[in-house]
Amino acid sequence: MSLNAFITEETIDGADEGPLAGRTVAVKDNISTEGVRTTCGSEMLEEYVPPYDATVVERLKEAGATVVGKTNMDEFGMGTTTETSAFGPTKNPVDESRVPGGSSGGSAAAVADGQADLALGTDTGGSIRCPAAFCGVVGIKPTYGLVSRYGLVAYANSLEQIGPIAPTVEGAAELLDVLAGPDKRDATTREVERESSYADAADGDVDGLSIGVPTELLDGADDGVLDAFWDVVADLESQGATYHEVNLPSVEHAVQAYYVIAMSEASSNLARFDGVRYGVSGGYEGNWNESFARSREEGFGAEVKRRVLLGTYALSAGYHDKYYAKAQDAREWIKRDFDDAFSEADVLASPTMPVPPFELGESLDDPLQMYLADANTVPVNLANLPAVSVPAGDVDGLPVGLQLVGPKFGEATIVRAASAAE
Amino acid sequence: MTAQALEQRDLTVVIGLEVHVQLETATKIFCGCSTEAADDEEPNTRTCPVCLGLPGALPVLNEAAVEAAVKIGKALDADVAEETRFHRKNYYYPDLPKNFQITQYDAPICSDGTLEIAVEGDRRDVGIQRAHLEEDPGSLQHEGGGIDTADYTLVNYNRAGTPLMEIVTAPDFRGPAEVRQFLAKLEEVLEYLGVFDSTRDGSLRVDANISLVPSEEARADGTIPTDALEAANRTEVKNISSHKGAEKALAYEVTRQKNAVERGRGVEQETRHWDESRGITVSMRSKEEEKDYRYFREADLPPLQVADWKERVPIPELPDARRERFREEYGLDAEAASKLTSTKEVADFFEDVAAEFDPDLAATWVADNLLGELNYRGMEITDVSGRLDEFKRLVELVAAGDITVKNAEEVVLREMLDEGDDPDTVIEREGLGKAAAGEVEGAVEEAIEENPEAVEDYHEGEEGALNYLVGQVMGKTGGSADPGTVNQLLRERLE
Amino acid sequence: MSETPVDAEEVRHVADLARVDLDESELEEFAAQFADILDYFDALDEVPEVESETDLVNVMRPDEVREGLTQEEALRNAPETEDGYFKGPRVS
Repeated sequence: MSLNAFITEETIDGADEGPLAGRTVAVKDNISTEGVRTTCGSEMLEEYVPPYDATVVERLKEAGATVVGKTNMDEFGMGTTTETSAFGPTKNPVDESRVPGGSSGGSAAAVADGQADLALGTDTGGSIRCPAAFCGVVGIKPTYGLVSRYGLVAYANSLEQIGPIAPTVEGAAELLDVLAGPDKRDATTREVERESSYADAADGDVDGLSIGVPTELLDGADDGVLDAFWDVVADLESQGATYHEVNLPSVEHAVQAYYVIAMSEASSNLARFDGVRYGVSGGYEGNWNESFARSREEGFGAEVKRRVLLGTYALSAGYHDKYYAKAQDAREWIKRDFDDAFSEADVLASPTMPVPPFELGESLDDPLQMYLADANTVPVNLANLPAVSVPAGDVDGLPVGLQLVGPKFGEATIVRAASAAE
Repeated sequence: MTAQALEQRDLTVVIGLEVHVQLETATKIFCGCSTEAADDEEPNTRTCPVCLGLPGALPVLNEAAVEAAVKIGKALDADVAEETRFHRKNYYYPDLPKNFQITQYDAPICSDGTLEIAVEGDRRDVGIQRAHLEEDPGSLQHEGGGIDTADYTLVNYNRAGTPLMEIVTAPDFRGPAEVRQFLAKLEEVLEYLGVFDSTRDGSLRVDANISLVPSEEARADGTIPTDALEAANRTEVKNISSHKGAEKALAYEVTRQKNAVERGRGVEQETRHWDESRGITVSMRSKEEEKDYRYFREADLPPLQVADWKERVPIPELPDARRERFREEYGLDAEAASKLTSTKEVADFFEDVAAEFDPDLAATWVADNLLGELNYRGMEITDVSGRLDEFKRLVELVAAGDITVKNAEEVVLREMLDEGDDPDTVIEREGLGKAAAGEVEGAVEEAIEENPEAVEDYHEGEEGALNYLVGQVMGKTGGSADPGTVNQLLRERLE
Repeated sequence: MSETPVDAEEVRHVADLARVDLDESELEEFAAQFADILDYFDALDEVPEVESETDLVNVMRPDEVREGLTQEEALRNAPETEDGYFKGPRVS
C-alpha cells in the first residue's frame, strides 16, 4: 500500500461468531500476535515472532474479528509522527504529504483509509489520540487498568494502555467493550462495575452535561485549531451542555514529568533487548557488556537511544531525586488537580493537538519541539484517566480533533459526549 | 587508616551476612511455572513468557511466596510491614532475562528480627535487619574454562523466577564458627516452617561481608559503631552454598586478611569468590565496578498490605521450644531431645507414638531403632510417616511382651522396612509369636531331661550351665520364648 | 544557552550504564540535545512534594502450576543456541 500503514499484512481468523464477526481489525505492531511477526517498528525485533498472543488479541479472536495485519508505528511507541519507525513513515490518507500522527499512525491511517474496519492502538502520552485527531477518526485511551497490557511490549508501563480506533464513536465503543475487563495475567487490571455497555453509551444525549475547559490546554494552540474547537463546543451547548473554564496549574509541568517518567521506565523496559533470547545479536567478541552494547547500537534507532539514555540518566545516582522523584511528585499534583476539576465538571474538553498535522520531515530535527506537541495529551496519562479524540472539523482541510477527558473509569461519559460531538 | 597503623592494633573480626534461600512453593514467584526440576531436566523446558522475559510479559505475585515470607518473619520475631512493595534492580547480566531483577528495596516485607544462637555456651541474639522477597536469575554455564576464561556462556532459564527470600543480618558475628551455627539454625527453623529444603541444590546461597576493625573501637556491649565499620575496608565473599562452606570460607578470609595486615599490606575493599574445590577465595576485581542499580518502583505489581497476615498465618512450634518441651514433658535427656527434633516430621512422629506408650519406650524405639534403621537404608522418616499405625502396633506388641525385644528389633522392624509388610504379617511368617505357655514349659522339661550334665553343673554352682540350658529351650521354641521367662522357669524347676 | 552542562564524557558514561555503543558523532549530537532537554526538565525543581495515594493493593495469584512454553518455543527467536541452551557472550 502506498500509505505504508502496515508492517506485516497477514490474516488471523477469529471465531465464527461474536460481537465483531465480519469485522476486520488492524493491530499495532507492539501487541504480541502468536506466530505473526511483532516488530514494534524496530530493527531490533525485525524477525521476532512471539510464541503467545496478547490478551487483547485473544479477545478479538473470541469476538469473531479477523485480524488483517500489524500496523506501522514509531519505534517502540516513541514518537508523535510515526516517522521514527525503522520501516519508513506512514502517510496521512487525508493528505499524503503529512504525517498521520503517532505513535499509532499506521492504525489510524488504516482505519481512515478503509483498509480495516477497526484498529488497536496504544497510548502512553497521546499515541492513540494524536493519530486519531490527525487522520480524522475516533480513538479512545481507556483508564489505566481497564484493558489488559499482557502482550503489549512495554515502553512506559505505568502510563500506557491499549485502546480502540474506529471511524465512529459507536464503533470505537463496541471494540472497547470487547477489550475491557480484568485479566489474571495483568496485576494492574481490575473489575469495573458498569450499568450498560460502552456502545450503548453512544446515544448523543448531552443534556445537562457540564464541560470544563482547562485554560492551560488552550495556550499555544493554533488559531485555526481554536476556531474548530470552539465551534464544536458551541454545538454541544446547543444540545444542552454547558461549559466553564477550569485551571490546572500543575499541567505546566506535565510534559517534563511525562518524559522523565516515560524515559526512565523505557530505559528499564528496553533493557531486555540484548540479543541473547531474541533480537539482534551483538556477537561474541569481548564480554557481555560489549556484546550487549553492540546489539543495542545496531538494533535501536536514534530516538529510542536518546530516550533510553535520558531515562538512564534520570534514574542514576545523583540525579534520581532531582528528576525521577520530582516527576512523581508532579504526577501526584496533576492527579489532584484533575480530581478537583471533576468535582465540578462531568468532562474536560480541549483540542487534542495544538496544531494540525505536520508535514513529513518537518519535526525530525528538534526532539524538544516534538515533545512539546504532546502538551494536551500527556496530562491524561499521568492522571491515569480516560480520554477520547473525536473529529471536530478541519483547518484548511486538515483534520482537527476534540479531546474529551473523563473521570476514572468514566468511559461511558466521554463516549456519550463524543457521540454528541460527532 | 594506614596498613602499618592497622598492623599495630588488636583486631576484631566483624561479619554480616546476606543469605538467599529458595522458597518451597509449587510455582515461581511471578508466573505459574513449576519450581520443581525433574531429574536430568533439559535446559529451558520450564519457562513461559514471564520468566523468560519475553517482550510484553507481565509478573503476577504468587500468594504462597508472600505467606512463606510472613511465616519467616513471624518465626524470626520480625515486623511485617504495613505496606510493602517491589522495586526493580537494574543491571545487565545474561542470567537476568529482563536485565533487571524484581526485588524489594526501601520497603521490605520483614524487618528487625532476631535469631538466637549459642556461642560457647552463651546465648546470643543475632540481629536480622531485614528479609525480603525477590526472583532468582537463571543459571549460567561457562564454556571453555572457568568463570575467567570462557569463550561464551550457555544459559538455562529453568531456575529463573524461583522465589527467594533474602535475609540480611546485622554485622553481629565475630568469627566463622558463629556463622556456621547461625546458618545451621536458620536452615532448621526454615525447614520446620516447611518453606525450605536444604537438600535441594542451590537452595541456600550466602554472601558474607567481613571487616577487621580495631578492637578498641568496639563498644562495651560488643557492638561496633557505624563509622568505625565504614572506615574499615570490607570484603564481600560470594559463592558460599552451605553452612560448613561458610565456616571454611570465612576462616580462610580471616587468615588471609590478618596475614595481609601483619605484612603491612592492608586489606582492599573488594569482592571475592569462594572456590570450594580449591579452598580459597579469589578476587573478582573484573566484575562490574560501579553498582548504580537505579532502583525504582515496579509499577506492574501493586503494593501489599499484609501486616495482618502475621496474626493469622500458623507456624509450628519452633525447634528450640520443642526441644525444651520434650525434655520437660517427656523427661528426655538433651541428646534424645535433639535426635527427636532433628526434623519437624521426626518430632511429630515421636509425639504420636509417645501419646500412646511410655515416653522412654517411644523414645528408644523412634530415636534409636527406627531412625537407625532408616539411616542405614538411606531413608527418611517421611518415607514411613504413612505407616505410623503399623509402627505403633509393633511397639504395642513389644510393650505387651508378645514378642521379644530382640526379634522386634532385628527381624520385624527390618522386614517391615525391607518388605513393606505390617508387623503381624511378619511375625506370623517368621513364626515369632509368643510361644504358648505350655510349649515353653514343655521345652524346659525336655531341656532338663536331655542335658543331665548341664543340670548337674548348675547345681554345683556354674551359672554358665543355666545359660546353656536357656539356649537349648530357645532353640526348641524357635527363639520365640522370652529368655527372661525361660531363665525364671528353669531356676524354679531346678530348685 | 543551557545551564546544565552535559559533555560528551557524561553521555559516554550514561551510554555505558545503558549498554548502548555510541559513535563519536552520536556522542556529540546527544550531548547538545541533552543539554536543552535537561534544562527543560529542570522546571521540575518547582514542583512541591506530594504524597502518593495507594490505589490497588494485594493482587496475587494462587500457587497453581500453569502450562508454559516448550523448549522449541522458548528458543525459537534466539540468534544462537546450543544443545537446548541460549548461547550468550562470556561473562568476564
